[in-house]
Amino acid sequence: MDSALASEPAPDGDLYLRRTVSTAAKLLVVGHFAVGKTTFVGSLSEIRPLRTEETMTQAGASVDDLAGIEGKTTTTVAMDFGRLTLSDSLVLYLFGAPGQQRFTRLWQDMTHGALGALVLADTRRLEQSFDVMGLLEELGLPYAVAVNHFDGAPVYPEEEIREALDLLPETPLVTCDARDRVSSTRALISLVEYLQRRTVVREHV
Amino acid sequence: MTPPTPRHERGLVRPYVVTDGRAHPTRNTFDLVTLVLAQYDRPLTGLSPEKRRLMELCLGGPLSVAEIAGHLMLPVSVTKVLLGDLVDSGHLITRAPIPSAQLPEAQILQEVLDGLRARL
Repeated sequence: MDSALASEPAPDGDLYLRRTVSTAAKLLVVGHFAVGKTTFVGSLSEIRPLRTEETMTQAGASVDDLAGIEGKTTTTVAMDFGRLTLSDSLVLYLFGAPGQQRFTRLWQDMTHGALGALVLADTRRLEQSFDVMGLLEELGLPYAVAVNHFDGAPVYPEEEIREALDLLPETPLVTCDARDRVSSTRALISLVEYLQRRTVVREHV
Repeated sequence: MTPPTPRHERGLVRPYVVTDGRAHPTRNTFDLVTLVLAQYDRPLTGLSPEKRRLMELCLGGPLSVAEIAGHLMLPVSVTKVLLGDLVDSGHLITRAPIPSAQLPEAQILQEVLDGLRARL
């Protein structure tokens, strides 16, 4: 495979945004546990991917004691994210999180203003993608599906995967290798092309 | 109420100590991708250690709310409270993720697409 692994080592001093950046766009990378979200974000990000966590009580208080959580009914909500500067004025943020965080403020923050979502799926556990796809549909957030290819995972014809995931005919379905920068970029491009087609259709109705 | 005993497990101060017990920022204008810029003429004296740490990070250049939380290893909710105070005190200014001239979504999508294609 034409691999772009470890290409473009992050130069020093790119921690900060360019001062000319005026617009920040947001895309989500979602999917079930261990489907490759963190790897995907890491392949694309120009900064070392960052993680934030919130510890929440069952009652859902947004600020809670992070120390001594053992023995308490708490949930840790985590989000990984990365950044791509796309031009002097535009930066794209990729946020990766599992869907079971749906009732948390972090999930609301993440989905608010997002252009769309890329759902990562694993052919060995396709049924585990339904949850997050349903959630995006509830939110009215458009999405494309990218099957993350794992070594040794079964390869099915596209039609079978579409059927198994019950995808709408217009929903893009692509295959990617989350470890590969070029492959992951192509998957994002498929999503954005789809978002663009939808915008054009909406504006001409 | 008895003040909580400070503990330092995991190297973290209890979030509600950092925020003086507040769960919500003084303003509700922070998106995860709101851009934050430091004002260079404000003294850092008198700031709490966390706010000073935040300012020292932000004085290096523009960052988003999510990045500030990530770098400081603080929950986003706590970071927003600190940011709200620092905007109120004039230490920071924010820039909405989408400029006020409200770029149409189609234009943003085109720019995102161009930027991604250029990376191939």
